[in-house]
Amino acid sequence: MSVYAYVVAGALLLLGAIGIARSRDLVHAVVCLSISQSGTYVLLLAIGYQDGAPAPVFGSTSAPTTRVVDPVVQALTLTDIVVSATVTALLLALSIQIQKRHGTVDPDELSALEG
Amino acid sequence: MPWEGTASSFAPVAIGVPLLVACLLAALGKLLPRWAVDAVATVAVVGVVALDVVLLRATRAGRVVTWVGAWTPSRGSSVGISLVADRLGAGLALLAGVLVLAALVYSWRYFEDVGAHYQVLILLFLAGMTGFVLSGDVFDMFVFFELMGAVAYALTGFLVEDDTAVQGALNFAIINSLGAYFTLTGIGILYARYGALGLPQLGEALAGQPPDALLVIAFCLVCVGFLVKAAVVPFHFWTADAEAVAPTPVCLLFSGVMVALGVYGVDRVYSTVFGEVLPHDAVRRALLVLGALTALVGALMCFLQRHLKRLLAYSTIAHVGLFLAAAGTLDGPGTTGAAVYVLGHAGIKGALFLIAGTVLSRYGSVDEVSLHGRGRDARVMPWLAVVAGLALAGLPPFGTGLGKAISEEALSASGFRWGPVLFVLVSALTGAAVLRAAGRIYFGLGPKPQDDDQDEASGDEQDRETPALPRVRATMLLPIAALLIGALAIGAVPAVARGVSSAAREFLDGQGYVQQALHGAAAEPPAPLTEAAWTATGVALDVLSVLLAAGLAALALWKAQLPDRLRTVTRPMRSAVAALRRAHSGHVGDYVAWLLLGIAAFTALVGVPMI
Repeated sequence: MSVYAYVVAGALLLLGAIGIARSRDLVHAVVCLSISQSGTYVLLLAIGYQDGAPAPVFGSTSAPTTRVVDPVVQALTLTDIVVSATVTALLLALSIQIQKRHGTVDPDELSALEG
Repeated sequence: MPWEGTASSFAPVAIGVPLLVACLLAALGKLLPRWAVDAVATVAVVGVVALDVVLLRATRAGRVVTWVGAWTPSRGSSVGISLVADRLGAGLALLAGVLVLAALVYSWRYFEDVGAHYQVLILLFLAGMTGFVLSGDVFDMFVFFELMGAVAYALTGFLVEDDTAVQGALNFAIINSLGAYFTLTGIGILYARYGALGLPQLGEALAGQPPDALLVIAFCLVCVGFLVKAAVVPFHFWTADAEAVAPTPVCLLFSGVMVALGVYGVDRVYSTVFGEVLPHDAVRRALLVLGALTALVGALMCFLQRHLKRLLAYSTIAHVGLFLAAAGTLDGPGTTGAAVYVLGHAGIKGALFLIAGTVLSRYGSVDEVSLHGRGRDARVMPWLAVVAGLALAGLPPFGTGLGKAISEEALSASGFRWGPVLFVLVSALTGAAVLRAAGRIYFGLGPKPQDDDQDEASGDEQDRETPALPRVRATMLLPIAALLIGALAIGAVPAVARGVSSAAREFLDGQGYVQQALHGAAAEPPAPLTEAAWTATGVALDVLSVLLAAGLAALALWKAQLPDRLRTVTRPMRSAVAALRRAHSGHVGDYVAWLLLGIAAFTALVGVPMI
């Protein structure tokens, strides 16, 4: 796998984080968090990828000795996606509740927790 | 083979039982009356506590290794996933179980009207914590870390009608999730290079490798999530926001055990995987710097608070700094001191949070200024609060005092002369803050302060979590008393510290961990340390902290009566203090910026000395 995928993974992770730091809207911040997490998907898949290797499914046509892409990282990525869905849903629900209670989703205007 | 036999089924059952009961309650909770839900949840937690006790007894003969699905290693290599319970891990699982039990019992009468999802979340939280400490696989640690996290966010925002609760939960969730993604990136790097995720497999693969930049980066990234969970400066900002707004019984769990698990995660991964590769000196320096900084920032912020739950949250940050400094010595005495301190602190801080809960439910506020003298009618609670405040400062023979004494001596013995000074100062400041608040609320001491400071978070906006209570219920008093007695027993019963010291030496033996888990080598139970006991110096330093705490509390209570000349001395400090306060802005973007800065600083601390 070329170095390109790793650069994309690192960039997504950091750009997502910077996006949250600069965010003026909580929904935007939640999406940025998902972008950050996509960096980990790309990283994991890049680790397991092999040029020209098929998917890790063994049947009558493929011998058990065939070179395949690594199924472990794919399982990790799936777990990661489940985590992401849970956290994103929870965060969006909290954002809606913040809008209801505070009348804004701009972090600059939320000041109940200073000091 | 040591990974066969009955003992090896305790660990998965201890994780599975709360998960299973939580699912059952989630499905059937609507049909059951409240008392039945409480009863089922409590019985399940008692069962987990019993399993943890049995597991802890079984670990006396060595680590209990379970290869899930019987994927046992052949000739020292394995594609299986392991659960490895050593004494420290099983002890922490037991601590988590006991604290969850205390929180549940307190909640019986504390929450008048709560759906079954509260008990469901508490049970899931227990499963996450138990899994995290018993796991022998770095990806499983991440999964349990995330389970713990997701449940903790939901519990923080549990009172969704409260303005501050939703904001605190959101800050907590974003920072913790982001930290977890950096951890996952580190895990990915490790897997890419060594093709393994199990702690024993990784430990064996890394042993004897030369340290290089990628390994340093992997270690630091894996630690990020754990450091966030541990509330280490500058990853700590979520803590005060979350603990100020979470329901009080939940704060007991966050403060008593969850933050300590962060320190555990760093130490576990270092001792099993990186211990043979990364030089001790570089890692020790990084952990000591972060620990000392965390302790000082936490103690100072704690002393400045008037919102009781924020005060206790910052005090937790201060104590986590002390745990990290003690465990950061990476030797037996330091780890023993940290572990005893964690146990004692869990009892004391848990009791203090529950006392703050009774204040909130009786008087409708957690602001020590506006509650001045309001608690004069209480009879038992004032004295419990004073005892807990003194114990927080290190009053012998409480477990906090013993943990502090052992840690101080460990740091001095390793050549860090500033160690005892830091411990005395930080524990005195946090104890003083609690004594000051108790003096104001329960005894009406000192003049009522002018209510002019607009910057501070006051505790008046805090919504009641329950209807006003005419008196404190017995089921609320019982956990408070039990936690205090537990903290007393940890310091007063010599066998506890002895047991912890041999657990700590076993914990640090990364090679033994690998050999036993992968090769089925016989365990060599380490002898307890002789240092793990009270000494004259330790008692003297503890008494010094307690006196200093009482003095500082008195100074804070009666500062208005001080002569003007003395008060001007403190003026130059005020701008520094104001800047520190402003840094704790409650703004999630700022917190992320601090997180990125913290990652860079930690990596530099570990990596630069190795160049």
